[in-house]
Amino acid sequence: MADLSVNIAGVHFKNPIIAASGTIGFGHEYSEFYPLSVFGGISCKGTTLKERPGNPPPRIAETPMGMLNAVGLQNPGVDHFIEYDLPWLKKQDTVAIANVAGSTQDDYCRMAEILSETDIDMIELNISCPNVKEGGVQFGTSCESVAAITKAVRACCGKPLIIKLSPNVSDIASIAKAAESEGADAVSLINTLTGMRIDINTRRPIIRNITGGMSGPAVFPVAVRMVWQVKNAVSIPVIGMGGITTWKDAVEMMMAGADAIQIGTALFTDPYSPVKIAEGLNAYLDKNGMKSATELTHTVITG
Amino acid sequence: MCYNKTDDNMKGRIFLKYDAQDCKLVFSQNLTDTIYDFRLRNKELASITKPGQFVQVLVPGKTLRRPISVCDIEDDAIRLVFEVRGEGTEILSHTKTGENINIIAPLGKGFELDPTKKTIFIGGGIGVPPMLYSARQCGANATVINGFRNKDAVILSEDFEKAGCRLIVTTDDGSFGIHGFVTQPLAEIIDEAEMICACGPTPMLRNIAKMAEEKGVPCQVSLEQRMACGVGACLGCAVAVKDGNGGTVYKHVCKDGPVFSSEEVAW
Repeated sequence: MADLSVNIAGVHFKNPIIAASGTIGFGHEYSEFYPLSVFGGISCKGTTLKERPGNPPPRIAETPMGMLNAVGLQNPGVDHFIEYDLPWLKKQDTVAIANVAGSTQDDYCRMAEILSETDIDMIELNISCPNVKEGGVQFGTSCESVAAITKAVRACCGKPLIIKLSPNVSDIASIAKAAESEGADAVSLINTLTGMRIDINTRRPIIRNITGGMSGPAVFPVAVRMVWQVKNAVSIPVIGMGGITTWKDAVEMMMAGADAIQIGTALFTDPYSPVKIAEGLNAYLDKNGMKSATELTHTVITG
Repeated sequence: MCYNKTDDNMKGRIFLKYDAQDCKLVFSQNLTDTIYDFRLRNKELASITKPGQFVQVLVPGKTLRRPISVCDIEDDAIRLVFEVRGEGTEILSHTKTGENINIIAPLGKGFELDPTKKTIFIGGGIGVPPMLYSARQCGANATVINGFRNKDAVILSEDFEKAGCRLIVTTDDGSFGIHGFVTQPLAEIIDEAEMICACGPTPMLRNIAKMAEEKGVPCQVSLEQRMACGVGACLGCAVAVKDGNGGTVYKHVCKDGPVFSSEEVAW
C-alpha cells in the first residue's frame, strides 16, 4: 500500500483525487453512492455572491468522447453555501474547496473575504468559466488581468488560493506565471474548452447558450499538454484535470506535472470512477516500487 | 462495482436511495422496428423503484448515460421500453441477453398516486411505456389513453389490459382505435377524473395541462431534458417552473422531476 497523500499549499489531501467543480454540486448527491471521504478533496459548484438562476435549457450536448455544458453558474449564493452546505461538507472527511466566481473584481474579493471567515479549507478562483456573459473567463485570458485579479484577491484572502485557468488562451504557461507572481498558492487546469454543436435538422445550436464548455476524454491530450507546459513554468503546485477517466489517465496526468488531479465528467459516466482510480493508482505505485504518489509528479522523460 | 455499504463510514445511511449497478439483461424483444423491450434483473434496485422514476443507462463508448423511464417492475426485474433515436440507443439495442448493463437507479421523483382515485393516464408515443407501472397501481380506477402515429406504432395494449385498466387507443391517422389525438377522448371523460398523469411530446402535455386546469383536475406531467449526471449534481437538465411571483426559476428534471405538477411548469 503506497502513500497516496499529497500536500497542496500546506493542505493535506489523503489522496490526489479531487472532485472537479460543477460536476458534484456540494457533494450531497454523490454521497448516496459512497462516503465522500473517497475523495482527497471536493471542489464545490462555482458559487457567487448572490444566487444565480443559470442559463436557459438545453444546457447539455454530447460530443464524441465528451460533452458540452452551459449551465451558467446556477448556484444558491455564498450565504446559502455557508449556512447549509459547508457545515455538512466539513463533516465528510475530505478537503473542502470553495470555487468562487463573480462578475467584477470586487465580487471576487468580497467572496474571498466572506469565505476566509469560514472553515473552508481552500479557495479556487474560477476565472475561466466560458458560459457567463460577465466575468468568468474575461478575467482569465490575459497575463495582465490574471495578475490583477490574483493580486486583489490575494490581499483579502486568508485561505490557500488556487487559480483555475482557462485553456482558451494562446500561452497558458505565461498566465500561470502571472498568477504565481501575484501570490497564487497553486493553479488548477484546465477548465473547459469552448465548443459548439448544431442540430442539422433544425439548424439551431443544440445548446441554448449557443456555445458551451467541452469536457470529457476528448480533451485529455490537450489537458496533459497544458499541465506539462505549466509545470515547466511555475514552482507552485499544479492540479491537473481535463478528461481524466481511468487510473491510467491519472498516472499520465501526474507524470505530465500534476501534484493532484480533478475528476469531473468521468463521474457522469461512472459515479464510482474515483474509487476505481484510487485503487488503480495504488496498484500502479506498488507494482512499480514507488512509496508515494508524489514520486509520479512531473516525471515524464522528454529528453 | 459496488462500494461496501456496510462500511463504518456509511453509518447514517438510512436506506439505499439509488446506486450504479450492473444488471443482467434477462429478456429482450422488439415491440416495433425501432422500439425495444428490455428486462434487467437486479432485485435490490427493482425493489426500491417507484412508478414514474427513471434509470440512467451506461452505453459502452459513450460519455453520457441515457435516461430511460421505468416501464414496469416485474418481480426482480426492471422493464425498460425505449426507442432507438440516435447512436447511443442504437448501441444499447444491440445488447445481448445474458450481458450486463450498468444503470443508476432508481432516479427522480415519480408520480404521486392514490389508487382509490379515478385517474386518467395519458401516454403519447414513447411516452406510453412509463405509464404502465403507474397505471397498474390504480387498477380498475385507471383509465389509460395511449396515442400513437399509426397502427404499426401501437405498443403495450395487452399489458395495460392485463393490469386491469380501461384502455383507449388513438392514432393520428386513424389506422387503429380513435382517429385523432389523445385530447379528444380526454375531453369526453375528463369530468369523471380526480387525477391526470401524462407523458409524451411537449405540445401534447401543454394541451392536457390546459384542459386539466380548466376543469380543475390535478395533473402531473413527466418531462424530458438533455441530462448529464442524473442525480441532481450538475444542474444540466434545467426546466423552467413558476416561482409563484410571476417569474420563473430553473428546477431539474433528474432530481425535482421528471414528474412535475402541470400547474408548476412554465409552459
